[in-house]
Amino acid sequence: MGSAREEILARIRAAGAARPVTVPREYRRERRVADPVALFAERIADYRAVVRSGPVELIGECLGARGVRTMVVPADVPAHWRVSGVRWLVDDDPPLELSVVDGVDGVLTGCAVAIAETGTIVLDAGQAQGRRLLSLVPDYHLCVVRTDQIEVTVAQALSRLDPLRPLTFISGPSATSDIELDRVEGVHGPRTLEVLIVDG
Amino acid sequence: MGRNPVTWLGSPVFPKAAHTALADTQLRANLRKATTTIRDKRASAVAELADWEELRRAGEAIKDDVLANLDTYLLRLEESVTARGGVVHWARDAEEANRIVLDLAREHGADEVVKVKSMATAEIGLNEALEAGGIRAVETDLAELIVQLGRDRPSHILVPAIHRNRAEIREIFRREMSEAPVSDDPRELAEAARRHLRRKFLSARVAVSGANFAVADTGSIVVVESEGNGRMCLTLPQTLITVMGIEKLVPSWRDLEVFLQLLPRSSTAERMNPYTSVWTGVTPGDGPSRFHLVLLDNGRTATLADEVGRQALRCIRCSACLNVCPVYERTGGQAYGSVYPGPIGAILAPQLADDPSDEQAASLPYASSLCGACYEVCPVRINIPQALTHLRAKVVRNKGGRNPEALAMAAAAWVFADPRRFEAAQRAGSLSRLLTGAGPIGRLPWPGSKWTATRDAPSLPKESFRLWWRRNRG
Ligand code: SF4
Repeated sequence: MGSAREEILARIRAAGAARPVTVPREYRRERRVADPVALFAERIADYRAVVRSGPVELIGECLGARGVRTMVVPADVPAHWRVSGVRWLVDDDPPLELSVVDGVDGVLTGCAVAIAETGTIVLDAGQAQGRRLLSLVPDYHLCVVRTDQIEVTVAQALSRLDPLRPLTFISGPSATSDIELDRVEGVHGPRTLEVLIVDG
Repeated sequence: MGRNPVTWLGSPVFPKAAHTALADTQLRANLRKATTTIRDKRASAVAELADWEELRRAGEAIKDDVLANLDTYLLRLEESVTARGGVVHWARDAEEANRIVLDLAREHGADEVVKVKSMATAEIGLNEALEAGGIRAVETDLAELIVQLGRDRPSHILVPAIHRNRAEIREIFRREMSEAPVSDDPRELAEAARRHLRRKFLSARVAVSGANFAVADTGSIVVVESEGNGRMCLTLPQTLITVMGIEKLVPSWRDLEVFLQLLPRSSTAERMNPYTSVWTGVTPGDGPSRFHLVLLDNGRTATLADEVGRQALRCIRCSACLNVCPVYERTGGQAYGSVYPGPIGAILAPQLADDPSDEQAASLPYASSLCGACYEVCPVRINIPQALTHLRAKVVRNKGGRNPEALAMAAAAWVFADPRRFEAAQRAGSLSRLLTGAGPIGRLPWPGSKWTATRDAPSLPKESFRLWWRRNRG
C-alpha cells in the first residue's frame, strides 16, 4: 500500500474529471455609489454595531459614555487616540498575558479595509490593529475606520488585502441565531462593536 | 478499511425514519417556522445583488475548475501551506484522518481539544474517535454544544439544534453545566454557554476546525462563522488542526470575491456573516505556533469518478437547499440518518458512503419530491434533481435488471440533465407519467414503495412547483 498522498492523487487522476474550464467573470467587481461612507455606516449599523462619525477625539466620548476604565491597545496606535480619563494597557513586547487582556473593559484598534456593501471591517494585524486576540477577547471593541479605507464591494476590498497576513472580517458584534432563530448578540466575541468613522 | 461513518449506524431507511418524524407535530412546527424564516430572508438578501446569476455561474465554474484539476491544486496548496510553516497530512478515509488527529493531539499533550463546528469532522466521527483515544472533544458552536450535551444528532447543516426549543435547551444546560441558566430566554442561554466555554477557550492547547475554503495559490484557509467561537479556537490555542475535504479548494485569492458573496447570503441570509477568519500557515507572535492541515478523501475521489454525481462536490454547505425542500421541511434532518441531511444529503451521503449494500444510504436518493427548488437556490448550481434520478437509476441497476423503474429513472435522468427539457416536461405534465406511468403516483417500486406506502403522492399539478415557487417565494 502506497502513501495516502500518492493514492489519493492516483485516484483523482483515475477519476477522469480533467478538462479545461473557463470561469465566466461577468459579475460586477466594482460599483459606484453616491456615498460609500453613508452606505457603510448604514449597513454596519444594520448588524447592531454602534456607529459614530466625527473627529478622532470622539474616542473620549465613546469611552466616557460606557464608563470604560481600562482599555487595551496595540503598541502602534497614534498617540492621540489614547485620550485621557482611561487606563491604557499597551500590547507591546513582551505581549500582554491572555488573562490581562481578558480582564480589560475593551480594546481600541484601527482597521485595514472596510466594505460598504456588506457593512464589514477587515483587520489584517497591520498598523494600529495588533494581534488577532486583542479584538476578540475583550467584551467591547472600538474600531476607528478612516473614510479612505472604505471600499464599496467585496471584490474591491479583497484586492486591497494581502492574504498572507492573518485576516479577520468583522460584520457587527458576535451573534447567534441557534435558539429558535432568535438573534442574540455577543456569544464568544465582543458583545459590543462600536465603529468611529473619521475623515482620512 | 472500516465502515464510512457518513451515515449513522443503525439508522432506519429514509421512508421509515420519515414516517416517525411526520408524526412529531412539535418537530414539524419548529421546522416550518425555521425554514420559512430563513427562506424569506434569503430571498431578500439575494435580491439585493443584481448580478446574483452571474455570481452563481462563476461559483459553479470555479468549483468545476477545481474538480477538473484537483491534483494540481492540491499539490499547489500543499506547497504553499508548507512554505508558510504548516504541515500537510493526507487521509484516505475516516479512520486514517481520525488517527492523524488523535496522534497530533496526544503529541501536543492535550486531554481536551476545542472544536469549531465542522461538517468534515462530523462526517468522519472524529469526536467519537478522540473519545475512544482518551481525548475529550468540546464543541464550541452553540448549536453543536446543544447537540453534544443533549447526546443528540444534528438536524440541519447550519443550525444543527433547530429541532430543539428553548425549554428543551434549558433542560439540557441545567443537567450538564455547573452554572445552569436561570431562565429559558435565548439571551440567558447564550450567556450560559459563554461562561461554560470561556475557561476552555482560554486554557485549550489544541483546537480542531474545518475549512470553508482553502486558497491553492497562497495556502490561505478560510473559516466563516458568527459566534466568535471560531476565532477563539483559531487564535488562542498553540496548536491548530484543520480537517478539510479535498474539494474545499479555490484556485486563487480572487475567487473568494465570489464565494464570500454567495455563501453568507445563501446560508444565514446575511450580507456577510459576523466573522470570517483567514490564515496562512503560522504567523509568529500571532495565533497558533503549529498548524496542521489534514486533507480528507473519504469517498470524494469515488464521487469524482461519477460524471453526473461529481457535481455534488461543488457544494459549499450553505444549507439553502434544506430550507426550500418540502420533504426536509416535513421530516427534519435526522430522518436522513446522515451527517448531510436534506437535498444535498440525499445525493452526497450515498456517494460518500460508496457502499451498494448500505440500504439506508440507498434509500436517500428517494428522499425528494424532485420539485427542483433546491437546484434554483443552490449558489453553485448543483443540479440536485438530475443527480437524484441518476443515483436512483444506479440503485436500481445495483439490484440488477432493466425493470420498469430503471427505465423510468434513466428517462427521468435524461430529462433532468437539461433544464429546458425539465421545464418542457413539466409544462406538458409528462413528468409524472414518465416517472410512474399514467395517473397519480400511487406506488413506487422498492425502496420508493416504502415512501408511497405511507402516503398518497399526488401526480403533478397543472402549475409546476418551479413556476409556483417563482410566483410565491422566488
Ligand atoms: S447543495 Fe447547494 S444549496 Fe445545498 S448546501 Fe450545497 S451549496 Fe448549498
